[in-house]
Amino acid sequence: MLRFVIRRLLYSILVLWLVATLVFVFLNVSPVPVERVIGGPRATTDMLEQIRANLGLDQPVIVQYGKFLGRLLRGDLGDSYINGTSVASLISDRLPTTLWLVFGAGVLWFLGGVATGVYSATRARGLGDRAVTVFVLIGLSTPPFVMALVLLFVFSTKLGEAGFTFFEAGPPLQEHFLQRMILPWIALAFLMVAAYTRLTRGSMLDVLGEDYIRTARAKGLPERRVVYRHGLRSALTPVVTQFGIDLGALIGSTIVTEKVFGLQGVGQLVYQSINLGDTPVIIGVTLLVTFAVVIANLVVDVGYSVLDPRVRLS
Amino acid sequence: MSMMSELEPEALPPEPAEPPKRVVGRTPFQLAWARFKRDKLALVSLVVLVLMAIFALMAPLWADWTGHPYDQTFPKTALDAAGQPVGPGKDFWLGADQLGRDVLVRAAYGARISLVVGILSALLASLLGVAVGVLSGFVGGVTDTVLARIMDITLALPYLLVAIMLATTFQISSVTASLTLTILVIAFFSFASFGRIIRGQVMSLKQKEFIEAARSLGASNTRIMFVDVLPNLIAQVTVLTSLLIPTSIVFEATLSFLGVGVRLPMPSWGSMLGEGSDVFQTAWWLLVVPAVLLLLTTLSFNLLGDGIRDALDPRSDRIIGKK
Repeated sequence: MLRFVIRRLLYSILVLWLVATLVFVFLNVSPVPVERVIGGPRATTDMLEQIRANLGLDQPVIVQYGKFLGRLLRGDLGDSYINGTSVASLISDRLPTTLWLVFGAGVLWFLGGVATGVYSATRARGLGDRAVTVFVLIGLSTPPFVMALVLLFVFSTKLGEAGFTFFEAGPPLQEHFLQRMILPWIALAFLMVAAYTRLTRGSMLDVLGEDYIRTARAKGLPERRVVYRHGLRSALTPVVTQFGIDLGALIGSTIVTEKVFGLQGVGQLVYQSINLGDTPVIIGVTLLVTFAVVIANLVVDVGYSVLDPRVRLS
Repeated sequence: MSMMSELEPEALPPEPAEPPKRVVGRTPFQLAWARFKRDKLALVSLVVLVLMAIFALMAPLWADWTGHPYDQTFPKTALDAAGQPVGPGKDFWLGADQLGRDVLVRAAYGARISLVVGILSALLASLLGVAVGVLSGFVGGVTDTVLARIMDITLALPYLLVAIMLATTFQISSVTASLTLTILVIAFFSFASFGRIIRGQVMSLKQKEFIEAARSLGASNTRIMFVDVLPNLIAQVTVLTSLLIPTSIVFEATLSFLGVGVRLPMPSWGSMLGEGSDVFQTAWWLLVVPAVLLLLTTLSFNLLGDGIRDALDPRSDRIIGKK
């Protein structure tokens, strides 16, 4: 087990290095002219040269890469080209918003998905199951940004005119926290609820077909106990696995939701940085997000082997 | 799943005892088509998609009939005195947008983008996924390790972020180039999950007796790969590809919504939603038209994909890994 974790951690570092290098090379091959952004439209050639020199962009790419890796090894993500703030502090300012968004939505979609999935599986092929299937297909077909736009339109614009406030725009996050977050949560969770319903339903149907469920029924256990204690318990394993992976992956996919609802999270930060050519911030966020995915996968793999003794780590 | 097949037996009509009918062999395709035809929802989706394709093909005709080219603004007729776009009516059947362009004509061109990008990137991703998956699963060894790791890393990349980065830094201004880049980006981020599934399939196929039999008969690796392995993947590849199309359409719409997909002035449903989002309050049709078209298309492709899966593999239930 320990060897497995160490091997995976080393591999994770390799992945992070590869991703960092990839993004670095990429941003160097075809850069957004950051000196233009800083200097403004009226900057002279001399001024532009000066800005590049200040940022160290006049040095050969290989030297820049060496410095970049050196800093990275010391855990320093560098400073923003645009305003000189350290990337770490920029990210840590924005991270809570994104984490609140992802985890809030996560709770919503996990509970929603599992509940609907169990409901549907225990009534397989019945009317309720069919209704759920339709809902699942609609959910899976709705792009998250369309859901966000529709929610904003219906609840904020239309009902706002009628005097209800479901959505408060503008900082700070602490004020009117629920009003600010509830629509983004629903928008982000909608598609995932559908996916998790499908996943839970399939897993439940698999488990409910097992012999030990028949045994439990034959013993005369009440149906509730069979479904929840015996069935759901083992049916949840793949769902929890997927949940871990998705939570990690979603931290990188909140860009659209943050943009539509005007939340100042990591997604907005990186979106703005890409347009400005702020390379250090872009690399910083990319690394953070990749790290989240890699760690989520590791936690899931280890957790899986703890929960299910049949899984051996090799 | 044994439970499902008990609940849903193949609905064969009882054969009359006499006169003895000749047994006519049916090809796998005929069998699949017979099953597909029973799936009403999938048939309806197919019709919807054909209509959508006709709507898309007719794009220049819509522009001719209305007299409104997709990239031309009509400030005099399309905007009212206050500068607000006019709603659906005689002149602009589905209303005008905030710049005074015809929403119907733009939506038709948007349908072209969605269908072309969705189908081409799904095909490209499946081609790449099958190639990598088969190579990885069949050859094994170092090749497998390298290819499997590449797929792992691709899956670990924050795809939306990298896609935005790619689209922004290439600074593309022409419509065709942005279209090509969008298709390549989507295919690149979709092939890995595809390849992983194919790899697993190939690895389990390799253990099957018929492969062993072919090998003992002296068949070469190439022959086994093309004659024994690939044909056994056709059903799965068809299903996966058809379900990849709606995902790709959503991907394109999201990129275009963020302004990094297909470049303006070529309309895409995503960019129509992005451009109009400031005036939804007064001009609801700018939200409703592209959103409904988008949803209708992805929903139809999903239903069609489900139908194809049920038709090709009657034992499988409707549950497959998401994404």
